[in-house]
Amino acid sequence: MQFDQSKCSVLKGFVTIKDGCAHVVPAAAVDLYFCSVSPGPCGGRLSTRTMLGRTLREVSAALKQGHITPTELCQKCLSIIKKTKFLNAYITVSEEVALKQAEESEKRYKKGHSLGDLDGIPIAVKDNFSTSGIETTCASNMLRGKGYVPPYNATVVQKLLDQGALLMGKTNLDEFAMGSGSTDGVFGPVKNPWSYSKQYREKRKQKSHCENEDSNWLITGGSSGGSAAAVSAFTCFAALGSDTGGSTRNPAAHCGLVGLKPSYGLVSRHGLIPLVNSMDVPGILTRCVDDAAIVLGVLAGHDPKDSTTIQDPVKPFVLPSLTDVSKLCIGIPKEYLTPELSSEVRSLWSKAANLFESEGAKVIEVSLPHTSYSIVCYHVLCTSEVASNMARFDGLEYGHRCDIDVSTEAMYAATRREGFNDVVRGRILSGNFFLLKENYENYFVKAQKVRRLIANDFVTVFNSGVDVLLTPTTLSEAVPYTEFIKEDNRTRSAQDDIFTQAANMAGLPAVSVPMALSNQGLPIGLQFIGRAFCDQELLTIAKWFEKQVQFPVIQLQELMDDCSSVFENEKLASVSLKQ
Amino acid sequence: MAAPMLRLCCPGRRWALACIDGCSRHRRGAPNGCTSSRRRGQSSVAQQPFITAQKPRKGEHEWAAVVGLEIHAQISSKSKLFSGSQVHFAAPPNSLVSFFDASLPGTLPVLNRRCVEAAVMTGLALNCRINKKSLFDRKHYFYADLPAGYQITQQRLPIAVNGSLVYSFCAGKNRSQVINKTARVKQIQLEQDSGKSLHDDLRSQTLIDLNRADYEIQRQINELENGGEILNETRSFDSKLGCTIPMRDKEGKQDYRFMPEPNLPPLLLYDTESLPAGADPQQVIDIDRIREQLPELPSVTREKLVQQYGMLPEHSFTLLNEVGLLEFFQNVMKETRAEPKKVTSWVLNTLLGFLKQQNLAVSESPVTPSALAELLNLLDRKAISSSAAKQVFEELWRNEGKTPAQIVSEKKLELMQDQEALEQLCHAVMEGHPQVVMDVKKGNPRAINKLIGLVRKATLSRADPTVIKEILEKKLAS
Repeated sequence: MQFDQSKCSVLKGFVTIKDGCAHVVPAAAVDLYFCSVSPGPCGGRLSTRTMLGRTLREVSAALKQGHITPTELCQKCLSIIKKTKFLNAYITVSEEVALKQAEESEKRYKKGHSLGDLDGIPIAVKDNFSTSGIETTCASNMLRGKGYVPPYNATVVQKLLDQGALLMGKTNLDEFAMGSGSTDGVFGPVKNPWSYSKQYREKRKQKSHCENEDSNWLITGGSSGGSAAAVSAFTCFAALGSDTGGSTRNPAAHCGLVGLKPSYGLVSRHGLIPLVNSMDVPGILTRCVDDAAIVLGVLAGHDPKDSTTIQDPVKPFVLPSLTDVSKLCIGIPKEYLTPELSSEVRSLWSKAANLFESEGAKVIEVSLPHTSYSIVCYHVLCTSEVASNMARFDGLEYGHRCDIDVSTEAMYAATRREGFNDVVRGRILSGNFFLLKENYENYFVKAQKVRRLIANDFVTVFNSGVDVLLTPTTLSEAVPYTEFIKEDNRTRSAQDDIFTQAANMAGLPAVSVPMALSNQGLPIGLQFIGRAFCDQELLTIAKWFEKQVQFPVIQLQELMDDCSSVFENEKLASVSLKQ
Repeated sequence: MAAPMLRLCCPGRRWALACIDGCSRHRRGAPNGCTSSRRRGQSSVAQQPFITAQKPRKGEHEWAAVVGLEIHAQISSKSKLFSGSQVHFAAPPNSLVSFFDASLPGTLPVLNRRCVEAAVMTGLALNCRINKKSLFDRKHYFYADLPAGYQITQQRLPIAVNGSLVYSFCAGKNRSQVINKTARVKQIQLEQDSGKSLHDDLRSQTLIDLNRADYEIQRQINELENGGEILNETRSFDSKLGCTIPMRDKEGKQDYRFMPEPNLPPLLLYDTESLPAGADPQQVIDIDRIREQLPELPSVTREKLVQQYGMLPEHSFTLLNEVGLLEFFQNVMKETRAEPKKVTSWVLNTLLGFLKQQNLAVSESPVTPSALAELLNLLDRKAISSSAAKQVFEELWRNEGKTPAQIVSEKKLELMQDQEALEQLCHAVMEGHPQVVMDVKKGNPRAINKLIGLVRKATLSRADPTVIKEILEKKLAS
């Protein structure tokens, strides 16, 4: 896909922008890096426990100021990982690697040579990113069979490590990222930490008729559910997800996190085991918008190993704090008001629109007329690329290989039958059907044309003066696993990607920001979609919104009783935003 | 794996037989090369037979074979087509080559600048239209040496299209008649080599035995005349049976499920006019700059040889067809006063003959251009006879480090320049062979050759036969 980069080059620096992006620039961009960090709740040196509930930005400042050491932080996160093992967030915990990295980081801090904001910060990576020397499974027997260990790091992983981040482990997902629940991987489903939160439990108690609580745990959404659970349960401060149709934003919404899908071409895909090359983007999951911006600043930029990344240099940036939204224009796409949308999400969506309006922003209804064709079109393009991308898993070079050796063909067939689950095989079959010579024009080419129309819908809206679109991220809050599996993967993906996949089709940046808890005490997130390569502007608006809504921090005291003081500051996320 | 390939397609990828009726017969060329009776831009994939509806009877029509060729040429480049990028210099060469080539999940193709330049240059040399925008596609099939399960190629919009190549061949009884033909080039596409094993022989040549073609042409004619249908299929030639046999049945026909390669943006080329201002020359490819770098094309060189040296066209072909031979010839020409025709003859007959006999490349020749030039100088100023020159050449070939002059002097091969001594020798021979002298005088014109031979023998072949003849004739007449 080609984007008109002249439209917007926010990443080059806010002030130089001449077009539509410019009017969101606040008069003075204040560096907020250190505003909210110093003395914590107890004053003076913070305990490692209180550190965990903090945002990446806060803990980074604490590391710099020597309130905590990378090793202490790492060990604390490792202990939480062990306590929350039942969440099934991690496939591989790279304890030794992380401790070694922490040691190195500690040496740097002692010498005063910290590598930057991420030095010593525990992070987690979805298990479809290649990690040198660490097993990478894609939650599939195909790679897990023989224990595939990549000989190289994905560019995004390398960039994080180059900044001194500590790799805690590889997180769970749907097999090859095909799914929207994190329920269809070979390692089993991921449990949503909010199932065990004080907020949710109290609401359930009120309803009193709750049966066996443990069987009623909620899904995280997906496919980056492991990463979402890992960040949400305080096992790390940021995690990489991947986003092809909403796989980062969807679990972010269900787990009360910020989930960013950057512009296609802004962040390298090299080393990300692909689902759909033309839509895949590495995603970022954090507890607040500023944290997502910090990670994006590290990841963004041209990669000679990925020809689809933009050539323009990208500099790290600090998000300005917007004080005035009166010059903003927020678009509300009317097609997103579907009958399936839960009334609670709908009312929060309009509440959000009202919030912008009351603060002086212009909020207008806009139309993206081809929205209804998007999910079908996405299905055709997605399965076609899946069929192609999965062709390399033939049992010859790496991964699983069956015992059958009567012929190469028989070996391929049995290997692939044994290696892939039904979901993957189903998508391969439909994809190959769409690519057949006799079907190509009727399906693939048509879907590509529709994709262009969908992308043009966004261009038209943004050209009309809209700065960002405000939409729901999901139809409803997270549902219990038992409820979720009543429908098959394909049906669920079609429902759950409904508001998110269009941004992938158009290559646009989009971010899900948690807004409030539902009546059940579960997080609901809303999505902002921005202009291509205007990621920084998008995050600036998201940050303003985040500050207004004061989304509560998850309370997991009951879950981790001996860590009660970890979460003593219930409003940490919002505290961090006070100026 | 993933060696860069150029694939050239001439129209009519498979056989197709065209039925020729009386009026169009003369317009159609002989069934040589890539003559196609169809218009340009046709699909190269599915060539349907021309005549299947009617049932032509045997001998009713004259048939013309339409032949298409698909040529795979490996690009001489330091790194591979989609790895070890040179377009963006930041990538450390070979850091990823093996990972991408092994199709490790997550690796992405990065186009090699050198390969694109080679493709553009080939396109220009073959008079193609260079597409300023070309696209990459994936072609899917399962095969053990195709680890990704697909091959990256340029199916929909290749880098160059609609070219032509003028070629010549020698016809006539003495193969002295040079006939020019034009083969049309449908497209040139950049393609990842599918195989891990490269079938390069020592000289990177593939020899095609076109004799086999006759069998197949005849088979198709028979098939068509008996009301049959020619199927699209891959056939192999069985040398024992002397016929072609189907390799794959049509049920097994592959559907390659072509799809755009999403990891490679469209390949954009520029010319001087369209070059964006301030573009980094390392990041863009300028067609006009490549055109400037285009070396003199063989047809131009051949034309020059014919013009400059009065060379026969067929000789100009031989000079260019052998790698290094033209350069060898030109180096000899620089240092010799001998006639170009003489030099041509020595290079094409003597030198090339020796090289072929010992299966050597021109670069491996033990005789240097300078040595040959010196030898031809000796011959030119009649210091030695041509038979002595052959002898010197053989000595030079043995490569004992001697110059032609040294060999001539050591072997006493100089021509006898002493007129008086020659006359005495002639006299002595005539005295010794009165019967032959009588024969000459009786009017047998061939008898004098015998005398010449005897005199030459007496000089140990060091005398010029024409000089001997002159002396003898003078003496016989007196």
